[in-house]
Amino acid sequence: MMLNASLKDLSDMLAARKVSSVELTQTFLKRIDELNPSLNAFITVDTEKSLAQARAADERIAAGKAEQLTGIPFAQKDIFCARDWLSTCGSKMLANFSAPYDAHVIEQFNRAGAVNLGKTNMDEFAMGSSNETSFFGKVKNPWDVSRVPGGSSGGSAAAVAARLCPAATGTDTGGSIRQPAALVGITGLKPTYGTVSRYGMIAFASSLDQAGPMARSAEDCALMLNVMAGFDSRDSTSLEREKEDYTRDLNQPLKGLKIGLPREYFAEGLSADVARAVEAALAEYRKLGAETVEISLPNTRLSIPVYYVLAPAEASSNLARYDGVRYGYRAPEYGDLTDMYQKSRAQGFGAEVKRRIMIGTYVLSAGYYDAYYIQAQKLRRLIAQDFEAAFRQCDVIMGPTSPSTAFRLGEKSDDPVSMYLSDIYTIAVNLAGLPGMSVPCGLGDNGLPVGLQIVGNYFAEARMLNVAHQYQLATDWHTRMPEGI
Amino acid sequence: MSLTLDDVKRIAILARIEVSESEAQAYLAQLSSIFGLVEEMQAVDTRGIEPMAHAQDVVLRLREDAVSEADRRDAYQAVAPQVEAGLYLVPKVIE
Amino acid sequence: MQWEVVIGLETHAQLNTVSKIFSGAATAYGAEPNTQACAVDLALPGVLPVFNRAAAEKAVRFGLAVGARINRKSVFERKNYFYPDLPKGYQTTQLELPIVAEGGTLRIQVPSTGSGQSYEKDIRITRAHMEEDAGKSLHEDFHGMTGIDLNRAGTPLIEIVTEPDMRSSAEAVAYAKALHSLVRWIGICDGNMQEGSFRCDANVSVRVKGTDKLGTRCEIKNLNSFKFLEKAIEYEIRRQIELIEDGGRVVQETRLYDPDRDETRSMRSKEEANDYRYFPDPDLLPLVVSDAYIENVRGTLPELPQAKRERFISEYSLPAYDAGVLTSARELADYFEATAKALGGEAKLAANWIMGDLSAALNKEGKDIVDSPISSVRLAGLLKRILDNTISGKIAKEVFAAMWNGEGEADTVIEAKGLKQVSDSGAIEKIIDEIIAANPGQVAEYRSGKDKLFGFFVGQAMKASKGKANPAQLNEILKQKLAG
Repeated sequence: MMLNASLKDLSDMLAARKVSSVELTQTFLKRIDELNPSLNAFITVDTEKSLAQARAADERIAAGKAEQLTGIPFAQKDIFCARDWLSTCGSKMLANFSAPYDAHVIEQFNRAGAVNLGKTNMDEFAMGSSNETSFFGKVKNPWDVSRVPGGSSGGSAAAVAARLCPAATGTDTGGSIRQPAALVGITGLKPTYGTVSRYGMIAFASSLDQAGPMARSAEDCALMLNVMAGFDSRDSTSLEREKEDYTRDLNQPLKGLKIGLPREYFAEGLSADVARAVEAALAEYRKLGAETVEISLPNTRLSIPVYYVLAPAEASSNLARYDGVRYGYRAPEYGDLTDMYQKSRAQGFGAEVKRRIMIGTYVLSAGYYDAYYIQAQKLRRLIAQDFEAAFRQCDVIMGPTSPSTAFRLGEKSDDPVSMYLSDIYTIAVNLAGLPGMSVPCGLGDNGLPVGLQIVGNYFAEARMLNVAHQYQLATDWHTRMPEGI
Repeated sequence: MSLTLDDVKRIAILARIEVSESEAQAYLAQLSSIFGLVEEMQAVDTRGIEPMAHAQDVVLRLREDAVSEADRRDAYQAVAPQVEAGLYLVPKVIE
Repeated sequence: MQWEVVIGLETHAQLNTVSKIFSGAATAYGAEPNTQACAVDLALPGVLPVFNRAAAEKAVRFGLAVGARINRKSVFERKNYFYPDLPKGYQTTQLELPIVAEGGTLRIQVPSTGSGQSYEKDIRITRAHMEEDAGKSLHEDFHGMTGIDLNRAGTPLIEIVTEPDMRSSAEAVAYAKALHSLVRWIGICDGNMQEGSFRCDANVSVRVKGTDKLGTRCEIKNLNSFKFLEKAIEYEIRRQIELIEDGGRVVQETRLYDPDRDETRSMRSKEEANDYRYFPDPDLLPLVVSDAYIENVRGTLPELPQAKRERFISEYSLPAYDAGVLTSARELADYFEATAKALGGEAKLAANWIMGDLSAALNKEGKDIVDSPISSVRLAGLLKRILDNTISGKIAKEVFAAMWNGEGEADTVIEAKGLKQVSDSGAIEKIIDEIIAANPGQVAEYRSGKDKLFGFFVGQAMKASKGKANPAQLNEILKQKLAG
């Protein structure tokens, strides 16, 4: 029962002392113990640390000082530094890195009295769409362990879907919350860029990275975002805005909602089963009183090349700090200083990370900067302007999150280009800095989940959560769970 | 713009990533296909468009000039590969 | 062949903020290694830069002080390269849009040399930008390894770049000195060259006199004293001329000056494959300063050295040289002005004493003007006694020494030591009578036309009065008496 309870239910049960945080935490730790070996969703589980936090939460509840999430265990993507926890970012480079500080997100959960249930597996440095690039092994999709859970927040996605945790955090640079959420049938939200502080969140591409919640429902996401969002002076890109209650609009009716459907998202390349599920969801929305309008995001096609110039460029520089000098992996044998750098980085990074560092280094190098980097930044503006124009015609944009349901492990891992193309619907949202979410909306031909993507205007998270929540009140896709789990 | 093996090697040196000859060959093939994808961008006329570096049109926030960080050398150096006398050790630097 | 030397300087001045440019770690010099390197300075995973407002303010102060245009929007960029003293693998700096744009100038006074007169010249400042300093590599042997101290990493710097306007090492040194004086004057840099707070890179090239095209330049890095700057440039000029005259070609490169050998040598290690891949730092947003902000900063600028120098000349009738010396540091200028004011005129006397006895005494003890044991008011007290004939200039030196040693105010010393000048004509007459009586031979010679002997009598009389006789009075009476 606890496994399927919403965060609100868990909060109520804890408040009513029907269950203690320690019991709740133990329940999930036991489940991790049983199921993680087959899913590989967690990199680090530390029973003692989790239980210590649970005990503290129980005391806080007893003292009457509980907040809504106090005592609830959450899985944290291993991209967030957590003090005295291994914080590996899925890389051999940081396999032994015990963080000396908490990320802002971790701090916020700690402050709320939540329990850190463990650190979830992820594509190395968040670079991947399948969770196959982790140094700690591939994560399996709980719906079909021969398939990928999506990436890069694949560990968090699999953990939530398999009920190894009530909810988890993720990060999204080009779709890394939304795509795995879609592929495992959960709800995930990437907020407007600047809403959640990036402090202590290991950087992939600074101008695109954004943390967000991954949970089983929009309501759960709203409760988590209430904790995660907010101004942080340690991140220069953190926006100074009033604190919001993201649950405030959950129960608004959808009558009159204008949904924009970008024709480019329903074109060639979209699997028929995904298209059918999305169409069915749109029909449901019409029933709820919404109307749909066709819109165009003409530069969608360009978002992939733009992203695969800008993100690797920033990454090549962000990852220069991993040099084997102050922390992280240093090659056991080397000659001079340059050799130490080259061997440590060659051995400490995996293939996809090195590939992206190489791409990024190239596009920034003398003679190519204008043609690649500057051109990509100009196109980024055109892409953002597409959305600006679209939002003059509609309140939210909807379409598929991913062109297909979960693909097989190994299916695309030798073909980076085909892997990159699977991010076609999510990337543009990061380039524009807009909020986006994925909501389960059906099952495909193979019985695998399909995600509906909802994109809102800047700071429209509360509205998007409302739109998703009303759909989840009317349908039960978000409650489906993988068989045998 | 086609990539050469020499380009790949030069990039690897700039990025301080050791690559063997066969790895360089593999990179050449992969990077070439990725740049095939990227070439699509070149066809678009972007004259007069301001490059977009940040998602939000906001300006830099300024911090007060005050010391807020205490000495945490022991904690920071606990994760270092090699330290001595408070210094990080690296192979001899030659200027 | 006649050669012309062309020099441009790039100066790195540490901005004297208490915390780093992008972190809250302290910038104080001399701490134990790595105790002032916080997570941001160490580039630990996930940490982010937050910009220090004082760095911007100090950079704007500089820009306004040299009359440059201030960019209302400036951008931080990353300069990517690997080096162990550069923890992030990139230096955050400004390239395309620096905070201080074009239009600045700095007037320099080039001192006279054996062959030439002193002269003034304006050096154009191309730009100035903010950036972070790197850490330090310690090359003492740690089992054949190098030790890295990152305390300095992230200290704010302003890099000030000139046009290639200097034509000799003397001009380069005069510029460096004027700049050094200015950054301290406007309170943005402590100027401590031993500690590396102020260091110059010199771009040096030579060309045949009369040609327009610049020769190939070499950049000599990290010159942290005026002497090294001068010697390094001198060496480099000789090296380049000899190279060309021997049929060689100057190669554009970075060179390092070795003071022990007094020569520059190529720094090939820094040269290889330097493709810095600059791009705007995505962790930082554009720095925007408003007109109001700029005007506000302008309002806090002190009177600048050049203006003060000109005012000293016009207001106090000082010679240009004196005005130049007295405006070489703000504290010195303030001291002079306070002394002159307390004295109420006779500024030249104050200038002489400050540039003479006071400077000598300060130098001898390695003291700065602000640490002078004799304050401007007290010095004025002494000089007043010269002006009102209580003591002679010569006696004043004795009083000065006593004041320096803590024996009290001028009047106290004069009183205690009985140094008051004798202006009693009877007493002076008595002394002179005795001297005339004791030296009949010299008196006869003087009276027969040997005027030069007058000095002899003055000396004798002064000696007999223990230096206290009023010199003017003594001269007059002596003249009368000797005339017989």
